[in-house]
Amino acid sequence: MIDAILLTIVTILKILLVLVPLIISVAYLTLAERKVIGSMQVRVGPNRVGWKGLGQPFADMFKLMTKEIIIPTNSSKFLFLGAPILSLAPALAAWAVVPFADGWVLADVNAGLLYILAMTSLGVYGVIIAGWASNSKYAFLGAMRSAAQIVAYEIAMGFALIGVLMVAGSLNLGDIVRAQSGGFFSWFLIPLFPLAVVYFISGVAETNRAPFDVAEGESEIVAGFHVDYSGMAFAVFFLAEYANMIMIAALTAIMFLGGWMSPIDGFGDGIHWFLIKTAFCLFLFLWFRATFPRYRYDQIMRLGWKVFIPVTIVWIAVVGFAVYFELGPWFQIRANGMS
Amino acid sequence: MSFELFIFYVFAAILVFAASRVITVNNPVYAAMFLVLTFFTCAGIWMLLEAEFLAITLVLVYVGAVMVLFLFVVMMLDVNVEPLREGFVSYLPVGLLVGAIMLIEMVFLITQRYFKNEQFPAPERAGADVSNTQELGRLLYSEYLFQFEIAAIILLVAIVAAIALTMRRRPDTKYQTPSEQISVTKSDRLRVVQMPPEKR
Repeated sequence: MIDAILLTIVTILKILLVLVPLIISVAYLTLAERKVIGSMQVRVGPNRVGWKGLGQPFADMFKLMTKEIIIPTNSSKFLFLGAPILSLAPALAAWAVVPFADGWVLADVNAGLLYILAMTSLGVYGVIIAGWASNSKYAFLGAMRSAAQIVAYEIAMGFALIGVLMVAGSLNLGDIVRAQSGGFFSWFLIPLFPLAVVYFISGVAETNRAPFDVAEGESEIVAGFHVDYSGMAFAVFFLAEYANMIMIAALTAIMFLGGWMSPIDGFGDGIHWFLIKTAFCLFLFLWFRATFPRYRYDQIMRLGWKVFIPVTIVWIAVVGFAVYFELGPWFQIRANGMS
Repeated sequence: MSFELFIFYVFAAILVFAASRVITVNNPVYAAMFLVLTFFTCAGIWMLLEAEFLAITLVLVYVGAVMVLFLFVVMMLDVNVEPLREGFVSYLPVGLLVGAIMLIEMVFLITQRYFKNEQFPAPERAGADVSNTQELGRLLYSEYLFQFEIAAIILLVAIVAAIALTMRRRPDTKYQTPSEQISVTKSDRLRVVQMPPEKR
């Protein structure tokens, strides 16, 4: 009994050890986004609160915390308040299987990749329910757009990850990273380059970020699914979106950029490489937002169904042949248990 | 009561509650959400059975994709609840009959010789290093390969049939062909006209 209680306490502490830095990263990602986009558009960005604007996230947070949560009349109150939680919970739960460095993982499960796919596919409920429960036309339009988009891009994303697990020979995220050991040229980015591109762009679409942000579409449908949300309820949506962004960036780093592995073989592997790669992918998110105009809805559907899915299917066939004939330096099965 | 049994009872209670709410709640969107909860808790129970592949696939396929499309459709409906209740009494005998037949069938199946509980001793616990996913994959692609492929072909036929039945091309729909758009050259769009300067 004592053991069970101790285990629970240690697990909760570990969860906090993951979540607290994550939430701080979310806070500073919002600042980074405004600063980066500001400098790309030759503006200054926020610089009033604290030294060089470093207090800005806290100012935003306190503002949102003290604002009133307005519940629209004729909305369904339970689902209206439940929707932000439905979008945040999967975004945080997926972090359970992410390995930060060798052995630094909350739950070292064998089906980690599947778990990640399942958790990221749940995030859409928050958006749909928010759109429906608000009882507003704009919110509903946003929800419908988002549902169709996420279902379309999830398939491409899943197929891209199938390529990864074929080369790595494992569903365990730690083993996938270990299969990429041996410097830059062993990373899956090179043999699976088309899949990496498809995965990252689908990830941008999954998180409803620009240029795929038709679910929010400020200039078209006000703010989409969260148009009726204010205060903390809105902040939770915001938190979920940014946590998902960091998640996709971290997963790209793990699947294709060698996770915690250093680009030079055996030269200072560790969590810092994982963080650098994640930060680079996050920078790409911000860069996209500052660069590309929003896709039109039919263009999004075309890109998802007619471009990405055929590309992934063809490349999975290529990888299948390469793995079967154990071609080249990349396609020998390295992980255990597949002999 | 061990911790595992406690978790099982908690999940089972939620499962039964959610499943019964699916058919008793008035609003179809709430019903769909309760079905999502049912699937999710069911996945939790399968996880306790160490069937992690099936559990995660249940969440991935049914909760992540099928129910999203379900909700998509259900939200579009403008269901008025009152007319739905009108035929309740007249449909009740038929419903009871169907329910009774299903119950009897199930009881028969369980009490039959081949499916009795005694025929199936509790399976041995697999160690923590046994991967349910790998075992399933090995079986599917070796022993049950033909069945697996037949199932795949049936699904493919179903997809083709569904698309063939619902696809209709309306002649007045405007759409773009990006391959034509990007193969446009300067001569298609631009015409340089020579014209003499006009007199004032």
